[in-house]
Amino acid sequence: MVSDPPTKAVPAVAIENLRFQYGDKQVLHDISLDIPSREITAFIGPSGCGKSTLLRCINRINDRIPGARVSGGSIRVAGIDISRPDLDLQMLRRRVGMVFQKWNPFPKSIYDNVAYGLRIHGKKSGTEIDERVEHCLRRVALWDDVKDRLKASAFGLSGGQQQRLCIARTIATKPDIILMDEPCSALDPLSTLKVEELLLELKQDYTIIIVTHNLAQASRCSDKTAFFYLGKLIEHGPTGRIFTTPQVQQTEAYVSGAFG
Amino acid sequence: MENPEQLIRKGVHHDGLKEGLVKAFLGSLTWGIVIVALLLFGRICWDGVPVLVKPDFPFIDVAFLTEKTETLHVFDDANAERHSLPASEYYQWVDEHGADAVFNAQTYSYSGGGIAGPIVGTALLTLLSIILALFFGVAAAIYLSEYAKQGRFINLVRLAILNLAGVPSIVFGLFGFAVFVLVAPVFTDVPSDRSLFAIPLGFTWLSFQGWNSSLIAGSATLACMMLPVIITASEESLRAVPQGFREASLALGATRWHTIRKCVLPFAMPGILTSSVLSLARAAGETAPIMFTAAVAAKDDFPWEGVSGPLGVLQSQVQALPYHIYTLAARIPTSEYTQRAQYGSVFVFLLMIFMFSTLSIVLRNRVRSKLKW
Repeated sequence: MVSDPPTKAVPAVAIENLRFQYGDKQVLHDISLDIPSREITAFIGPSGCGKSTLLRCINRINDRIPGARVSGGSIRVAGIDISRPDLDLQMLRRRVGMVFQKWNPFPKSIYDNVAYGLRIHGKKSGTEIDERVEHCLRRVALWDDVKDRLKASAFGLSGGQQQRLCIARTIATKPDIILMDEPCSALDPLSTLKVEELLLELKQDYTIIIVTHNLAQASRCSDKTAFFYLGKLIEHGPTGRIFTTPQVQQTEAYVSGAFG
Repeated sequence: MENPEQLIRKGVHHDGLKEGLVKAFLGSLTWGIVIVALLLFGRICWDGVPVLVKPDFPFIDVAFLTEKTETLHVFDDANAERHSLPASEYYQWVDEHGADAVFNAQTYSYSGGGIAGPIVGTALLTLLSIILALFFGVAAAIYLSEYAKQGRFINLVRLAILNLAGVPSIVFGLFGFAVFVLVAPVFTDVPSDRSLFAIPLGFTWLSFQGWNSSLIAGSATLACMMLPVIITASEESLRAVPQGFREASLALGATRWHTIRKCVLPFAMPGILTSSVLSLARAAGETAPIMFTAAVAAKDDFPWEGVSGPLGVLQSQVQALPYHIYTLAARIPTSEYTQRAQYGSVFVFLLMIFMFSTLSIVLRNRVRSKLKW
């Protein structure tokens, strides 16, 4: 593996020699990777290379998959080892939000979707929730489209709007880190563009990790890129360098479109 | 095939004939079933409708629905005129005309008056049993699909539950009798002699002496019978809720229980309700499970009459429509005078089941129109 020297600041996520397996099948091999704060890090690689699995380890949503387990190494979020037995899982997930590949708003109203996380975390006051919902919807540039139909079902929105609603829902609980699992793979180019613009805007306040199959997307909007192949981290560094002067032959082959 | 017309002309291919035969065969089977069903329902309606429907306002024989069951007395008076009167009116008549005026007296049990007792009893039994079955069934389904570690053992448990659905209802009846009627625990100050054992609690006793034949014992038995269907169907409904909702909710920092309560159960409810009403219709129609556990043929009071409080209602025996129909059909001689009660009861019973089903469909459609993904 080839890496640039680590940045000075405390990384938002520090992954060390992580191994992960589904049952007996090892899908991640000794991954070590620091993810810097307030930047967009893109995970790229062919299907089945383990990039989504790694992403899903960071908020431990993989816990629910039978047979899935971390078999070595550690992940630290803000310096805390997230495999600690006394870890407050709800608190971790509140700090590490997630946006999924297939947009999945709840079959509730637009308002209730954004307010869901707030209500979990004990916000009761109506005006407080109102303000936060408006703020989040403005942030994802949905407010003007939906302000007159906040009580309407979220399913009435277009795919791109639903995905942005999911992002609003995620940022409503004020996470530090947002995990995005191929958020644009099912969106049309125009909606994709809007989401990408949103990402660039959001990175002022959030650390974003995005898994993507779209190389152009990774090169357009990420600061750092990590290339995975067959469960191994092959190379990572600043996006510009990975795409222009990759140092490993496999990376070069992948980013130039020779396979994948 | 030089002539293209041959390709499109009907009857050129022998496949056409085969298709026609298959269609006719399947069609005749289907319509055969429909005709048998229509004959069945038609016969019941033919004799049942005149009992319940009257030509003048309010067009329904309300008395048949609201009066208690009575013995029917059929007799000739001195003028050889035939009377058929329910017990209460008969004794009034005898008081007025004297016992000497009665000739050729015959009595038909349960054939006079109305069927309010059985209607009330069945309503209470089904209501209580569906509450019990839903509570335990949904709880078990949530555990099986959301919490339990999936594997061989849980699959075995599922298989066992599924097989339970095929157990004959009479077996459930005997089980209910052995467990709920004879040994279920009660709080009592004075344990009965036949109590299996009693635990002193200081101020009272917890005695395993059974609930006797009662509304609660019958409902518990019916609930046991409905459980397998409700658990299986609820689990399927829970599984049908997209995983994405669960992951989204968990990823927002919700606990598992919060996720189930807010993001899974509400969306599984239409399916759960539909299946439960279907099993409710079955439970309402069962005779065997309540025969030993709750039902009586004759009862002069409604369950809430002459008892102290809601607990007393639960402890009282009830009449029930299916058992009443069984009694009318098997225990008394059939004659022109008993037909009213017999066909009337069956007709009312069918109407009730029909209403249950309609209600469930309406309910499901209403909820479903709100929830779409």
